[in-house]
Amino acid sequence: MKSGSNLEKVIASGKMAVTAELGPPMSADPHEVVKKAGILKGFCDAANITDCQTAVVRISSIAAAVIALREGLEPVMQMTCRDRNRIAMQADLLGAAALGLKNCLCIAGDHQKFSAAGKLKGHPGAKNVYDVDTCQLVGIMKKMRDEGLQQGGDKLEVAPKFFIGASWTPMGDPMDFRPYNLKKKVDSGADFIQTQGIYDMDLFRSQMEKARNLGLHERTAILAGIIVPKSAMMLKYMDSSVAGVTVPKPLIDRMNKAKEAAGDDKKKMRELQEQEGIKITVELIQQALEIPGIKGVHIQAIEWETAMEPIVKAAGLYPRPTFDA
Amino acid sequence: MIVGQQKPFDEIWSMVRDFKKVLVYGCNTCVAICHAGGGKEAEILASMLRMKAAQEGVDMQVDSAAIERHCEPEFFEPLDEKVRTYDLVLSPACGVGVNFLADRLAGAIPVYPGINTSFYGGVPEAGFFVELCGGCGNCILHLTGGICPIVRCSKSLMNGPCGGTNNGKCEVSDQTDCAWYLIVERMKKLGTLEKLLEVQPPRDWSTGTHGGPRRVSLEHIRAYEEKEEKNAATEGK
Repeated sequence: MKSGSNLEKVIASGKMAVTAELGPPMSADPHEVVKKAGILKGFCDAANITDCQTAVVRISSIAAAVIALREGLEPVMQMTCRDRNRIAMQADLLGAAALGLKNCLCIAGDHQKFSAAGKLKGHPGAKNVYDVDTCQLVGIMKKMRDEGLQQGGDKLEVAPKFFIGASWTPMGDPMDFRPYNLKKKVDSGADFIQTQGIYDMDLFRSQMEKARNLGLHERTAILAGIIVPKSAMMLKYMDSSVAGVTVPKPLIDRMNKAKEAAGDDKKKMRELQEQEGIKITVELIQQALEIPGIKGVHIQAIEWETAMEPIVKAAGLYPRPTFDA
Repeated sequence: MIVGQQKPFDEIWSMVRDFKKVLVYGCNTCVAICHAGGGKEAEILASMLRMKAAQEGVDMQVDSAAIERHCEPEFFEPLDEKVRTYDLVLSPACGVGVNFLADRLAGAIPVYPGINTSFYGGVPEAGFFVELCGGCGNCILHLTGGICPIVRCSKSLMNGPCGGTNNGKCEVSDQTDCAWYLIVERMKKLGTLEKLLEVQPPRDWSTGTHGGPRRVSLEHIRAYEEKEEKNAATEGK
C-alpha cells in the first residue's frame, strides 16, 4: 500500500470505487461540512473536498477534510496550483499528512477570473501562482512519498504518504492530445484519475480506447466523472458553457419531457426533473463501469448530497466495501 | 517591442494639477509605435493639459519635447539643461524610460508616468498589439512550437492544456486563444508533437522577476569601453 487509504484499498481489492464530492462553505461554520459528511458517509469510499472551487474563498480543503475525517468520512483533499507556490504546497502536504489525510487530488484550479462564473464577486484581481502545474505537483508528491525528498532535494524525516490523484478532461480540446495529457499525469505518478463530468458516453468510450492503447488503464485507476443533472436548464448550461463537456440531445430532451410532464406545478417540475436526473445518472454510471479499464466512478451531486444514497443503491454499488483496520 | 497605453486623462490631470511648469517628454521608439508616448502623443497630451488647466483656471505652463530613446544616456544629453528648468516631467515613455530619467535627474525634479507599460508584444495589424513574451529569462520556445506558454497560457502551464479549453479558447475569455491548443496544433504541423510528451519538471523561476532585479553584464564590452575611455583620456593629455 502506498498510503493505506480506504480509497486505495477499494481499488486494490478490484471492486469498483465510488467517490463523491463535498464543497466546503463560504463560512467559518464547520456544521455545513459536518452535515454534508453525515449525508455522504456510507455511500462512497471517499469524498473530494474541493479547494476553493470556482475560485471563490471557502473553508480550506485541508481543514474541511479533517472535519470530514472526524465524522468518519474519508476525504480526498484537493490542491490547486493556483494559490500556492511549491513551498506552501509541500508545507501543506506535510501538515495534511500529519493530520491524518491520505488522499490528495492535484488540479490546476479555475482561474481567479472565474469567480463562480460571474455569480459571485470572487477575487478576479488576485495574483495567481502557478509556480508548478498539475503534472509537476503530482511529481513532487510522489518524490516526497517514495524518495522522502522535497522538490528542492532536502530530506524528509517522515515522508507524507498520499494516494495521489489527478483530474482528466478527456473530451476537452485539442481532443487528440487529451490521452497524452493523461499519460503525462500517469508518467508523473498519478495513482488515480477522476475525469471531468461525462454525458457523451460514446465519445468517452473512444477516448478510453486511446488511453488503453497507451496502457494507461493498467498504470492508474481511472474513475469516470458523473455530474448529477438536476434540471434541463443545468444540462443545457453544461453543454453550452462548461469546457470539455458535451451533453447529447436525447438526454436534454428526456429532462425537458420530465419538466413538461409537471404542467405548471413548479414543485412537481423540480421533483420530476430530479427523479429523471437520478435515473440518467444511474444509467451513465452503469455504462461507464462497463468500459474496459474503468475502475470506478466519481459522482458529483453538487449541493445535492442527498442524491448519493438513491443513486448508489440503484446503481448496485451499495453497500460499500469495508476493510479491517 | 514594449507596448503601453496612455493613462486615463483624469488620472494624469490629478497627478499634474499642482505643478506650475510641466514638460511632457515623449520617447520616439516603442511607445511611439503603439501610439502611446511618441513626440506626437506628447504634443497632443500637452495641449490637452493646457486646455484642462485653462478650463479649471489653473496657472500652468505645459510644453512638450521628445527624444529618440529614453533608455540610453546619449539621447538625453542635448535636452538635459532644458529639462531641469521644469518642475515636473510627465513621461509617456515606458516604465524603463521613467525609471531611467528619474535616476538621471536624481531627485532634482520628479518624473511621473503618463502611460501604463503593458507588455512585450507584437503588432499583428495596425492598432492591435498582443503579448508574446514574458521576459522570464529561460526561453523554452524550441519546445513549444514558438508559442510562449508562460504568457500566452493564463496559468503558465508547462505540460499541456488544463480542463478549461473551450473550442480552442481560454477559460479566462472567449477572445483569448488557448496557448496549449495553439501549441499542440503547431507541433502537429511541425511534426514534432512527441516533444510535448516529455514531462517538464518544475521550473527555475529565479531567472525571471522572481529572482529579484536582473542585470546583464557583458564583461568584454565593458572592458573595451573602459580601455577606449582611458586611451581618449591619455590622448587628451
